[in-house]
Formats: sequence, C-alpha cells, structure tokens
Amino acid sequence: MIIAALIFVISLALLLQFFVSYCRSVIAASRKSELSERVREVAGIHDQTVRGEEFTRLIQLLHLCPGRGDDTGELRAVGVYYALLDAMNKAFRPMSLAVARWAEAERESCSYFAAVALDRRISYSRELLAQQISGSL
Amino acid sequence: MDLGPIDYLLWLIGFSAEVAVVVCSIKRRNFLRYLPLNLYVGFTALVSVGEFYCLHKFGFASAEYNYFYYYSDSLLTILLFFVIMQFYQHVFSEMHVSKYINALAIFLLFGTAAFSYMVIAQHKDHLTTRFAVDLSRNLYFVGVILTYVLWGAVLKLRETRTHLIQLVLALGVFFSASAATYALRNLFPGLELSVLKWMPPVVAIWLPAAWAFTFMKVSEGERLETTQLLARAR
Repeated sequence: MIIAALIFVISLALLLQFFVSYCRSVIAASRKSELSERVREVAGIHDQTVRGEEFTRLIQLLHLCPGRGDDTGELRAVGVYYALLDAMNKAFRPMSLAVARWAEAERESCSYFAAVALDRRISYSRELLAQQISGSL
Repeated sequence: MDLGPIDYLLWLIGFSAEVAVVVCSIKRRNFLRYLPLNLYVGFTALVSVGEFYCLHKFGFASAEYNYFYYYSDSLLTILLFFVIMQFYQHVFSEMHVSKYINALAIFLLFGTAAFSYMVIAQHKDHLTTRFAVDLSRNLYFVGVILTYVLWGAVLKLRETRTHLIQLVLALGVFFSASAATYALRNLFPGLELSVLKWMPPVVAIWLPAAWAFTFMKVSEGERLETTQLLARAR
C-alpha cells in the first residue's frame, strides 16, 4: 500500500511536469507565427498580445471554422493546459502574485496559440472557397 | 459485460493513431531513424487487434482477455524501454557513448526479466491479475524514472531538436499517467470498474496520438530553446 501511494504521488508530480513542458513545446512553435490582419479583424484582436480570457471565445470561433482536422489533438491538450492554468490563477491570486502572474502569461500564450490555429483554419477555408469557385466556373 | 459505443470509439481512435504514426514516419522517411519506436507502435496495433478479438470472443470479464491484456501490456512496456534507449542514443549522439547505452539497455532488459522471473517464481501458485497489475505498475514506474533522467539530460545538454523533445515529453506523460493509474488501482480497487476503467484506454490513445502529431506537424529541422519549456514563476 505504501509503495503504491509513493508511486502515485511521484508519478502524478512528474505527469504534471511532463504535461506542462509538452504543452509549452507545442505553444512555443506557434509563437514564431505572426497573426494576419484577417484573423485580427475576425477575432477583434487589436494588440500584439492576445488576452488570456480570449481563449474560450477563440475556441468557439475555431469550432465554427472548417479545418483539416489535424489540429484537434493539440487543441485538446492546450485546452486541458488552459483549464489547469485557469484553476491555478484563481487559486493562487490571493496567495502568490508571482504564480498568478505566471499563470496569466501562460494563458495569454494559450490564447495566442488558439489565434494562430484560427488563422490557419481561415486560410484553409478561403483556399476551399477559391477551389470551389474556380471549379464551378 | 458488453462493449458500448464508447469502447468501440476509443479502440478505433487508438488503432487509427497507431497506424498514423507508422504511416507518417514512413512518409517522412523517419521509419528507420526511429525503428524501435515504429516497431513498438506496430506491435501495439497488432496487440490492439488481438485485444479486440479476445474482447469479442471471451468478453471483458473473462480470464482470457485479462491475461492477454496484462501480459501483452507488460511485454509492450519492455519493448518501450528500447524506445527510451534509442532516445538516449539520439540525445547523447554527439558524445559517442552509444556502446555504453547499448550495454545499459541489455543490462536493463536482463535485469527486468530476472526481476520478473523472481517475482513469478514466488507467485507461481497464484498467478493472478493482481500480480499482473503490480508488475505493470512497477514496469511503468521504471519507465517514468528512465524518462525523467532522459529529460534531465535533454535540459542539461540544451537539446534543441523540437522533434526529439516532443517525442520524449509525450513518452513521459504516457509513463507517468500509466504508473499513476495502476497505483490508483492498487489504492482504490473499488474504482476499477468505474472511473479507472476508462483511464488505460484514454492513456493508451495519448502516446500514438502525440507521436503522430509530432511526425505530422514538426519538421526534423525545427529547433526549440529548452529554457522556454521550464515552468518558472517570474
């Protein structure tokens, strides 16, 4: 019983660390992409950064936009990470400002990631539309 | 107990992801570069078909299905150790220590086999699924520790290959989630047929799905600063 408890605690702590690092590695790749004017207009993004609380709205927009379906897994993983950060932000805000600030910066990264995914999907939809138009002509 | 639509769906997603890993790695000409990984995923796909057959023929609660599930799981975990060893070789490739890593892999394999044999010899009168759960839990935990040491080496050596980093991290998530699930089953056996019933298939989907994503989306030349991955409050 003690061995099982020990394995559980250690595994859970390492799971959290691996999962956070994995999500950060997925998000880091999106940081290199610039947001297009088109997606800024659609999502109402006016600043360089995308606010943390925009994430849910961006995901809703993503569901409205057809895509290749190859980004579902990464969006789900980042969605879980965002939920984790959200809970952390709420829990730590009264206790530790540094942790809350870090969680907020991470939430912004998640939102930026969602905005990049939306940008990709908009481009894909436009390509599809262009193909359909050229096909019907 | 009959299979529900969720069981079929989870099986289908897992199997598709396993096939996707092998197909993507062949398409990207990575099959031989990550041979143990592809062999592991290929065998996992075969085991998935075997599990599906046993589930259909004998049922979820049958001894046949349980033995097939737990013992194929233990064998696949041992196969996964070779995948970790190959990741070690990739990380330490510039240090020319591959012969030491090979020696360590052989030592580890024989060590695990000897340990398993000793435990089986002690329990030969009552080889139950409880024993199989304990064995899987221990194997997964060894995997967690090995992957954590590998992750430490990736950070220390400032490894920048996004491809390799994501493959290692996905493996770390899989091992730690599996070990935690098995440990939880030991701690709360009552949860086995409710919440914990869904954990192994969901965790099993994670690894091929994450690896398929890496092979599909991340190019071999992509680079990433490992300092960006460490979660530190400022």
